[in-house]
Amino acid sequence: MIARLSAGLAARGLAARVLAAPGLAAPVLALCLLTAPVFAQGAKPGAKPTDPQIAHIAYTAGQLDIDAAKQALEKSKNKEVRDFAQDMVRDHTEVNKQALALVTKLNVKPEDNDTSRALTKQAAAKRDELSKLSGAAFDKAYVANEVAYHKTVNGALESTLIPSANNAELKGLLQTGLKIFQGHQQHAEHVAADVK
Amino acid sequence: MKPGRIGLAAFVAFGLLSVPVQAETIQVIVDKLVFAPVDVNAKVGDTVEWVNKDAFAHTATATNGDWNVTLAPKQNGQLVLKKPGTTDYFCKFHPNMKGRVIVVP
Repeated sequence: MIARLSAGLAARGLAARVLAAPGLAAPVLALCLLTAPVFAQGAKPGAKPTDPQIAHIAYTAGQLDIDAAKQALEKSKNKEVRDFAQDMVRDHTEVNKQALALVTKLNVKPEDNDTSRALTKQAAAKRDELSKLSGAAFDKAYVANEVAYHKTVNGALESTLIPSANNAELKGLLQTGLKIFQGHQQHAEHVAADVK
Repeated sequence: MKPGRIGLAAFVAFGLLSVPVQAETIQVIVDKLVFAPVDVNAKVGDTVEWVNKDAFAHTATATNGDWNVTLAPKQNGQLVLKKPGTTDYFCKFHPNMKGRVIVVP
């Protein structure tokens, strides 16, 4: 889905036009304030992400969590872990559905960027790592990563993505997303305590 | 009996009938991951109806385990209050969503 989105939307001429548009912030992500390493990659001081980039990052972050949940549904036999993974698929699918509907309505073209690429790369590494585990070891590692991942994404939403969003509707959707993901973080923490 | 007296009698009868407090349905709106109002004040026999305006599934789950109401996306859920007391509740899927039901006899 991400690949499709990226391929469809990252047509260079289009991206260049979006970035060259007056009033839009500099194309490089201002993620230097974030503590999470992945969000700091490619950061340059003084710049902040544009709406097309924010949309791409938010969508990518959701899709990566869906992929992680699907791996958990393939590997885990623990009911609580599986229920949690199903919740993640359901909620993130809905958020991304709303995000796609919004960018279509606003005619915003989500634009691939260093943060999205770093998130994707890190998630792939985690998926490989988890693929080697099974049983309780997998459950524990998956849920621990869910706590950490949601914490990272929530930090990015609060400190960078929401404050940087120009469009009020995009900002609103990100704010709702933040509440959902904060809920997921707490839910993951509860599950983590149970699979210890 | 004169018409005026019938009217009066009916009025008195209606007044007497309506004296016992009738059970009410109290709505809680669930919108953008918030229960509103957070506190519900009710009596035994009243019904709480959660109106889920979100496209997300939620629950209203008593922290003491007494009840659990599932709220499918854009659907309502109801609970008849059977005993007095104060019960905190939350959403199992998003535990940052919290509310309270205060029931008097």
